[in-house]
Amino acid sequence: MSSIDFDVAHLLAGSLVLFSFLELYQDRLYALLNIYALHALVLAASVAWQAFVQDAPHLYVTAFIALVFKAIVIPVVLHRIIVRLGIHREIETVVGVGLTMLAGIGLVALSMVVMLRVTPGADPLAREDLAFALSVVLLGLLMMITRRNAVSQVVGFMSLENGLVLAATGAKGMPLVVEISIAFSILIAFIVIGIFLFRIRERFDTVDVGVLDRFRGDRR
Amino acid sequence: MTLAGVTFNPVAGVLLVPAVAAALLALLPGYRVTARLNVLATALTFACALSLLFGKPQPTAYFLVDDLNGTFIVLTTFVGFTTSIFSASYIGHELEIGRLTPPFVRFYHAMYQVLMFAMNLALVANNIGLMWVAIELATLTTVLMVGIYRTHEALEAAWKYFILGSVGIALALFGTILVYMAARPVIGEGLDAMVWSVLVKRASAFDPALLDVAFVFLLLGYGTKVGLAPLHAWLPDAHAEGPTPISAVLSGLLLNVALYALLRFKMLMAANAGALAPGPLMVTLGLLSLVFAAFMLYRRRDIKRLFAYSSIEHMGIITFAFGMGGPLANFAGLLHMAMHSLTKSAIFFAVGHIAQVKGTQRIADMGGLTESHPVLGWGLILGVVAIAGLPPLGIFTSEFLVVSSTFAREPLLALILVFGILLGLAALFLRLNGIAFGEPKGPTGKAQASYAPMFAHLAIVLTAGVYMPPALVAWFQNVAGLLG
Repeated sequence: MSSIDFDVAHLLAGSLVLFSFLELYQDRLYALLNIYALHALVLAASVAWQAFVQDAPHLYVTAFIALVFKAIVIPVVLHRIIVRLGIHREIETVVGVGLTMLAGIGLVALSMVVMLRVTPGADPLAREDLAFALSVVLLGLLMMITRRNAVSQVVGFMSLENGLVLAATGAKGMPLVVEISIAFSILIAFIVIGIFLFRIRERFDTVDVGVLDRFRGDRR
Repeated sequence: MTLAGVTFNPVAGVLLVPAVAAALLALLPGYRVTARLNVLATALTFACALSLLFGKPQPTAYFLVDDLNGTFIVLTTFVGFTTSIFSASYIGHELEIGRLTPPFVRFYHAMYQVLMFAMNLALVANNIGLMWVAIELATLTTVLMVGIYRTHEALEAAWKYFILGSVGIALALFGTILVYMAARPVIGEGLDAMVWSVLVKRASAFDPALLDVAFVFLLLGYGTKVGLAPLHAWLPDAHAEGPTPISAVLSGLLLNVALYALLRFKMLMAANAGALAPGPLMVTLGLLSLVFAAFMLYRRRDIKRLFAYSSIEHMGIITFAFGMGGPLANFAGLLHMAMHSLTKSAIFFAVGHIAQVKGTQRIADMGGLTESHPVLGWGLILGVVAIAGLPPLGIFTSEFLVVSSTFAREPLLALILVFGILLGLAALFLRLNGIAFGEPKGPTGKAQASYAPMFAHLAIVLTAGVYMPPALVAWFQNVAGLLG
């Protein structure tokens, strides 16, 4: 593999981690969605680059899904939902931004240590990709934990899922990647947008999960 | 898919029957017809599953049937069948009191079949990617069904389940990718490196370190779906707020399917000498779930939540048994899993009708069931006696086997195990006392119930406790041997 192939893949995967960090400290939903759109855009570029480098044309399908569905359709729809619900102003966080960022750095270090140590035999491209992918997954998880707003939890889940797609495309020749990315897109589209947000809106007039907690069955 | 052959293919049967039924049920209006069609479809699926026992088709790149998943499929389709009978009377009542509207009933029936399809697909899948997709599909359908009542509680439960379930599913996918990465240098790129039967043959040459990390992700991911503490948070809510037939299927079947996925990967780990032993991890999580759930049982106010925690407890025992490994513990684990599925779904059948009669799930508002509704009350008592592990019912046999085999090897662990079991037993009887005896409380109207599924399950559990047919013992021993 020529070094330029590796460098570009490395750059794109690294930027994905960077955008995950950007998502962590956004305190407005609009800004968060914009960053997420960029996140998905970088993913699309990264997958397309993998398709080119690995000479695997089916990966272009995954890249196309990432571009159209995740970078354009989902952010636009979520944007509209936010406007209709009038909740664009702020995001309630459970933990402060500083602490979240520190935890994020810790998680990235953790995933580097874990993945780079267990994959000395793998080819360097897959290896670095996997380490970055795990970082993105863990940062997505962190975001889901530290946010109380349903929309930002969903954004956290979607960026987590971007990390998984990065890992799957980085694993050279892995079968079913396209199918899995489609399955994930269906999961997101089906549940998140279609049903839950509208139902939550209908019943609670809010999408703050903290309010949902009040209805816990145990306290009845 | 191997459908084209002229000969009847049972694998295609267990997949196609629910798939076609789901499409039909989504289109057909009318509650009476669809409820019967639902029962018919599950009965047909069960028949196909039984025929799997007589002739196993050759494994392909996507499907595999061996004795291990044969056992799971028969159990799954049987409980699916009996639950559909219970569901017919349960949903009929919900329709009458207006808790569900006809379009939702149609949706419910279609989803029921999609769930059966997804679980069967996960069980027969030979490809670890396909297995993952099937478990994702099963999660999705149950999320939708848990939220079907659209109350505050149901929505919260569905949301929580969706978020935690998706995170679990995502971690499991990461683990699956890592398994592929470990297999690729040995098997080569492409489909074969995700085919379980190929993987397990060549696993000894995989990179152990990579397999270790993969297993940790798979354990956390699928473990969330098994409901192991501390990843169990979705389970009590999902059980309590969804329709009761779904609680029965969740507890009795879906948790097993997730556990089955874990067992497949455990076998993969066992085939590699250098990889870490998955046993201690599973033993730890299992014991933690058992003791935690046993304590949690004391403070439950909601009857379905109570039995949901009891499911966590029993999944803990089963995971513990499989974690211990060896022919005897595996045998006990398998038996316990089968007995738990049957007993817990029987309990949920009783609980469903009780909650409908009383119009509430609050334990405090129920009382004196043995007087007001003797059949339901005594059915519930029998179920709780069984689930608590008293002789002569089947769960006593399996728990006794788990405990005695553990005493022989790790006495200290056995002590914790016995402590957890006794703690759970006491809690269950404490709650049962208020529900079953004393002054009748709440409405005492006649129950429109179908008792057959409940007593059929309890009869099997009783029979297994008193006399296990030698053929069944030999079968379970054979499967226990497969698990290593």
